[in-house]
Amino acid sequence: MVDPYHDISFEERMSHVDFRVSGKPHIAVDTEVCRSCTTRACVTACPANLFVPTDDGGILFNYEQCFECGTCYQVCDESGAITWEYPAGGHGVVFRKG
Amino acid sequence: MSDRGAGPSTAAVPIPRPQRYDFDAIVVGAGPAGSAAALELARAGRSVALLERGPFPGSKNVYGGVVYGRVLDGLIPGWQQEMPVQRWVTRRQTMVLSGARSLTVDFRNENWGRAPHNGATTHRAEFDPWLAEHAQRAGAVLVPSTVVVALLRTADGAVHGVRTDRPDGDLTARVVLACDGVNSFLAKQAGLLGGDQASHTTLGVKETLALPRGVIDERFGVTGSGGVDVEMLGCTGKVPGGGFLYTNAESVSIGLVLGLRGLARAKVRPEHLLAELKRHPSIAPLVRGGELVEYSAHLIPEGGYRTMPPLIADGLLLAGDAAGMCLAAGIWLEGVNFALGSGMCAGRAAATALATGDTSAAGLAGYRSALRSSFVLADHERLRDAPGLVLSERMQQRYPGLLCDFAESVFAVDNPRPKPGFRALLRRAAKRNGVRMRDLAKDALTGLRTFG
Ligand SMILES: Cc1cc2nc3c(=O)[nH]c(=O)nc-3n(C[C@H](O)[C@H](O)[C@H](O)COP(=O)(O)OP(=O)(O)OC[C@H]3O[C@@H](n4cnc5c(N)ncnc54)[C@H](O)[C@@H]3O)c2cc1C
Ligand code: SF4
Ligand code: SF4
Repeated sequence: MVDPYHDISFEERMSHVDFRVSGKPHIAVDTEVCRSCTTRACVTACPANLFVPTDDGGILFNYEQCFECGTCYQVCDESGAITWEYPAGGHGVVFRKG
Repeated sequence: MSDRGAGPSTAAVPIPRPQRYDFDAIVVGAGPAGSAAALELARAGRSVALLERGPFPGSKNVYGGVVYGRVLDGLIPGWQQEMPVQRWVTRRQTMVLSGARSLTVDFRNENWGRAPHNGATTHRAEFDPWLAEHAQRAGAVLVPSTVVVALLRTADGAVHGVRTDRPDGDLTARVVLACDGVNSFLAKQAGLLGGDQASHTTLGVKETLALPRGVIDERFGVTGSGGVDVEMLGCTGKVPGGGFLYTNAESVSIGLVLGLRGLARAKVRPEHLLAELKRHPSIAPLVRGGELVEYSAHLIPEGGYRTMPPLIADGLLLAGDAAGMCLAAGIWLEGVNFALGSGMCAGRAAATALATGDTSAAGLAGYRSALRSSFVLADHERLRDAPGLVLSERMQQRYPGLLCDFAESVFAVDNPRPKPGFRALLRRAAKRNGVRMRDLAKDALTGLRTFG
């Protein structure tokens, strides 16, 4: 049966978005703090699906395909887990059909 | 943490009072609010810098897709002839979905296809640069690819400029206009924006799907440059929110707005809810075969009047989404017009304050009175209860079912059994959806008071 949700894979979904990736991450996640987190709100709420839980209870995070929306730091209730800022000027996502 | 980034934990930078200033005014953010403000300031003969973190205006911005442009009459006369338009909205629908059913209110007006028009679909990567160019032509200096990372403040708290992420990037000005959108770090640094933002913020996710022009014309029943906007309720599962579907020239934009707290709780991913909406029998025939051109997301400040921050501080004004001036009330999802309106008022108020030489909060107070006498604050004040009503449990979880049950019982024909009267049908639909007639009447009254 075809997966009803994934009419396209998430990778393909994101391949239609332009990013000018900066060498310096604009968001940092302290996975030590994540270990004690019970909600894992970021995992389902991040529209770019950038928070991936690991088997050992941590979180894997990659900033490269970030929409810079702010959802993750707003839904995360653990202080110190997310350090959030905008990428350097001119870098990051470039929407064409926004 | 680096001292070069703009984020929730960065603080304002203390400076001594400048002897001279680089600009009369600095506008942060070249969205509709910022460009409108910069345009007014430049027209008033003021030197103004318009700073934008994206490589070009609009590159960081996402919205549903409809601009209600009449507010531009006072800013760019003849805008209808030059604004980059995808389609003029000639048909507006409000749709409630329940299970596989739907009930739609469908309004069309061919007059909206002609000047003075009502609304237009346009992409932000086209609309925002167009507007910024008007500000530039009037004399504003657009500085793209530049992040404002902090406010420059004197010991008394007054704002006198900004720090950017460029080397030697401090710029001073007598007044700063924070038009930096929903995450406004400038408003936060100034201590104006606090509280639990997540509880009144929604996440908007959108897919732009390519379809041939003729297919769109046929499916949506429009011709020429006519277009459709559809707002939806009952399409977000357990997450409070709503949906939209708008036609562009050769694509459609379909998306959801999802309450952040509800989304985090529901443990469901945004694109899954969007996929479900696209499979709904009322929506599937409209988007079938559409090929994904872009997937995007952005936050929306939905709290309205009750959660608006103070709009003025010494040397600082807030406008647009930075001030929470987005109107999200069910059948309305508007923000660009409020951003334009507030940006215009802010630009004019700043120009007046500069002319009198008093850019303190008192000198800038004309901003609030101008907003009061325009639609910006008047509409927000009148609709201050709308956000709560639209995102309430009954509106989200029960009314879509109630309305569809009621419509079904009205339209279904199962004689030889006699058909009960409307009142009985309504009572039955209410009961089946767990709504007491008393609450229905109460909500109807609140609705009338709010929207009436
Ligand atoms: C999914 C969705 C659907 C929507 N649908 C509609 C609709 O159909 N119609 C409608 O009218 N409104 C709609 N809105 C609301 C509308 O998009 C906003 O209200 C409007 O864009 C606000 O304009 P603004 O100028 O205040 O802010 P923005 O448009 O957000 O502009 C802010 C600008 O500031 C820049 N910026 C931010 N921080 C910095 C910094 N530190 N340094 C430099 N630059 C910075 C940003 O890059 C951006 O260009 C929708 C919003 C969303 C998310
Ligand atoms: S980022 Fe926040 S919400 Fe996500 S796992 Fe870590 S602590 Fe939890
Ligand atoms: S800012 Fe938005 S897209 Fe980027 S990591 Fe956070 S939630 Fe995901």
